[in-house]
Amino acid sequence: MHDFTNLHTIQQLLSDGATNCPALTTHYLAHIDEGAELNAFISVFKERALAQAEAIERKRAQGTAGALAGMVLAIKDNIVLDYGGTTCGSEILRDFKAPYTATVLQRLADADAIFIGKTNMDEFAMGSSTENSAFGAVRNPVNRERVPGGSSGGSAAAVAAGMCTAALGSDTGGSIRQPASFCGVIGLKPSYGRVSRYGLVAFASSLDQIGPLTRSTADAAALLQVMAGHDPLDATSASLPVPDFSATLEGGIAGMRIGIPKEYYEEGLEEPVRQALSDTVRFFEELQAVTVPVSLPHTPYSIAAYYILANAEASANLARYDGAHYGVRAGQSPSLEEMYVNTRSRALGAEVKRRIMLGTYVLSSGYYEAYYNKAQQVRTCIRADFEKAWRQCDVLLTPTCPTTAFRIGEKVADPLTMYLSDVYTVSVNLSGLPALSIPCGRDTQGLPIGAQLIGRPFDEGTLLRLAHLMERHFIPARQVLTNGMG
Amino acid sequence: MLNRKTVDFAARLALATGCTINAKSLFARKNYFYPDLPKGYQISQFEQPFCEKGRIIIDTASGEPYEVRIRRIHLEEDAGKSMHHETYVSADESLVDLNRCGVPLLELVTEPDVRAPEDAAVFLSHLRQLVRYLEICDGNMEEGSLRCDANISVRRRGTATLGTKTELKNMNSFRHVERALTYEYARQCALLDEGQEVLQETLLWDPGRNVAVPMRSKEFSHDYRYFPEPDLLPVMIDAGWIEEQRQQLPELPRAKKERYQREFALPAYDAALLSEDADVARYFEAVAAQVADKKLASNWVMGEVLRACKESGKSISELAMTPLRLVELLEMVSRSEINAAVAKKILEEVVRTGHAPRTLVAEGGMAQINDDAALRRAIARVLQQQAGDVQSYLQGNEKVFGFLMGLVMKATSGRANPKTVTTLLREALADRKRS
Repeated sequence: MHDFTNLHTIQQLLSDGATNCPALTTHYLAHIDEGAELNAFISVFKERALAQAEAIERKRAQGTAGALAGMVLAIKDNIVLDYGGTTCGSEILRDFKAPYTATVLQRLADADAIFIGKTNMDEFAMGSSTENSAFGAVRNPVNRERVPGGSSGGSAAAVAAGMCTAALGSDTGGSIRQPASFCGVIGLKPSYGRVSRYGLVAFASSLDQIGPLTRSTADAAALLQVMAGHDPLDATSASLPVPDFSATLEGGIAGMRIGIPKEYYEEGLEEPVRQALSDTVRFFEELQAVTVPVSLPHTPYSIAAYYILANAEASANLARYDGAHYGVRAGQSPSLEEMYVNTRSRALGAEVKRRIMLGTYVLSSGYYEAYYNKAQQVRTCIRADFEKAWRQCDVLLTPTCPTTAFRIGEKVADPLTMYLSDVYTVSVNLSGLPALSIPCGRDTQGLPIGAQLIGRPFDEGTLLRLAHLMERHFIPARQVLTNGMG
Repeated sequence: MLNRKTVDFAARLALATGCTINAKSLFARKNYFYPDLPKGYQISQFEQPFCEKGRIIIDTASGEPYEVRIRRIHLEEDAGKSMHHETYVSADESLVDLNRCGVPLLELVTEPDVRAPEDAAVFLSHLRQLVRYLEICDGNMEEGSLRCDANISVRRRGTATLGTKTELKNMNSFRHVERALTYEYARQCALLDEGQEVLQETLLWDPGRNVAVPMRSKEFSHDYRYFPEPDLLPVMIDAGWIEEQRQQLPELPRAKKERYQREFALPAYDAALLSEDADVARYFEAVAAQVADKKLASNWVMGEVLRACKESGKSISELAMTPLRLVELLEMVSRSEINAAVAKKILEEVVRTGHAPRTLVAEGGMAQINDDAALRRAIARVLQQQAGDVQSYLQGNEKVFGFLMGLVMKATSGRANPKTVTTLLREALADRKRS
């Protein structure tokens, strides 16, 4: 049995005739079945994926297959496709069928990626553990008593467990990077505007980005290559040229200045994580990069600012789930207002309701200035911190998360502690920067530790280059898969 | 997504009303729950609208023209349309039409400068004329492409501060706006005269009963929780672009009217009528450019051409009687090739058949008869047949001349040159007198 861990290997096997697209797809489908207990998927497109595989196999025979032929993708269930459902992990969208396809999925399909299914997630991407799903919690394939992180926990688990070549997630405050870190895979949040959000069900429009979760940096580069670029259907997508990411992957880093922000290494950081990051620093220094101590002084305010702004936007973005147009409607209600109340009370989960209420509150007359406006000011300060740091360094290296994967149920009762697990990731979204999480070691229990690389705006290339060097050193061949399916 | 064309339209209206276009304007979300709003928020502008501080000068029936200041004009998206109490659904059901949802619209807010209900209707007709001139929309109130919410307050003569205002909604014609305001003016005055207070509220005009009914307070007491729309970037307007738009702005109705009076020496009535509609003005100008007698051009456009529009149900720009053909027709008249009566007939024929005037004249044998000998023969025949009338004329009854003249014209199928007929008929009658 081949391990199909990355596109390069797969395309090699395909051209050698050692496998073909339908066989590859069948292989992943079998892994999905075997790993059903992980609850990584909400829906699996068995027939459709096999049909896609057959079609791509025919194109391969004619020599017309696209760049991603052989890539079998899992898609977070908040990115719409004009077939299958899009639930966002919510009861309220249990039976929702989108009438159109997201720009990124159209581009990936055009490049001959195969879509194998839609992955489980925290409801409307609100959570850091994938325990807030109407379709049940997801287990971490590395240790099934642990959470996979969130909100793209289903995607991270599916990739780590070898259920697909790679997956798409969305990242509003760390939702790609933190689960990538917890599950021991690579997760890339592109710069805000790099990838179209058209067809991504909105959580917080000024923060959301779609990005890949993969087992190789080359795959992250290949997927970003296809997904990136201006989309006339998304006003916030950037009209910038897209560099050749595969080309930027190769090359040394001698003289590159790697900033170490001191605020990311203070209290709350678990010792094994600190140790793994030290190892990473040493690794880069051996490659003749220069480490530079920098300061991002507004970091302590980032969580507060993030939860005000993200929730404010969410309170508006989720207003459409009112029973009148989208998804579920509560049965007979005597008035319009009661219909709204009944629908939303019954079909939205506790965390989503909590955030809608917080978001509504901070926008309300009399509180707007003190909360929303103040948080916007903090956001400006946080951005300015990064601007200043870029004068001293080319890239930042931080832990992705202060801890490794926590136990299922451990933080559910305490939302504030849960929110704090996003402490190293939210500033990146508030500043629109690209960031990547890559495994850099394991703790004493064998749980993966993630290092976060943060880049200048639209400089995903540097992150991929550094990660490409790291993966050869820190990710032993087959390790992730062996753990996942062991 | 922001529709680029909408920004062009907004800029036109801004420039036409003398507003200052903000270099940067922001979109905001206005949050409220209602079934005609599928997203649960409306994209609008709140702080930093597209443009501010303009004016529209209105002509009032009652007195001097005056200026109504424009506070702001902003861009927003339309909501759907709720329909209650429709006959084809049960009483407890409402319908929502989402077809216009998300369609861009411009909202214009005036300062409290309009002084009378009639003036509000005049203001709206000026605004409609403007949006038509600028080709922004047809300004049809019945179809909702122009809508109006009217705020009204009264103040006692001699006092400076405005009273508490109320807002009127649901008027779908100028007449309804005027009626609703007249109603509300009387209601507020009566309240104050009785020593009561006016409550700040929103009222719905009921055109069937001619009354304005307060909406339930729940229906409008919203905290809209405005905040910047994160899905749309701010609109940055370049000063050079504004200049370009200004250059491309068409001549506006008021300027046009004044120019017609000045340049073409037209009476105020003609100038106003011809500049009322942009298409009519365009038509008239095309004709006037090639016809020396501007008043003649004005008479024909205001009279025959507009009548033909009305009768054929076509707009002036669709009319087969194009400006070029009218020029051709008027040239034939001025060269005495046809007479005015025939020209009118030809115009009708052109509208009906789409053929060119000259073709119709040639084919229909309608060319003017300028042949004196032929006309003399026709006159002789008429005079012979109408011996009694001739006698009457000769005895001093001048009125008979017109009658005889008509008979001669009829005998020549209206093709005779009337001037020539007049001369020849007088000669013939003078001969009879002498004989």
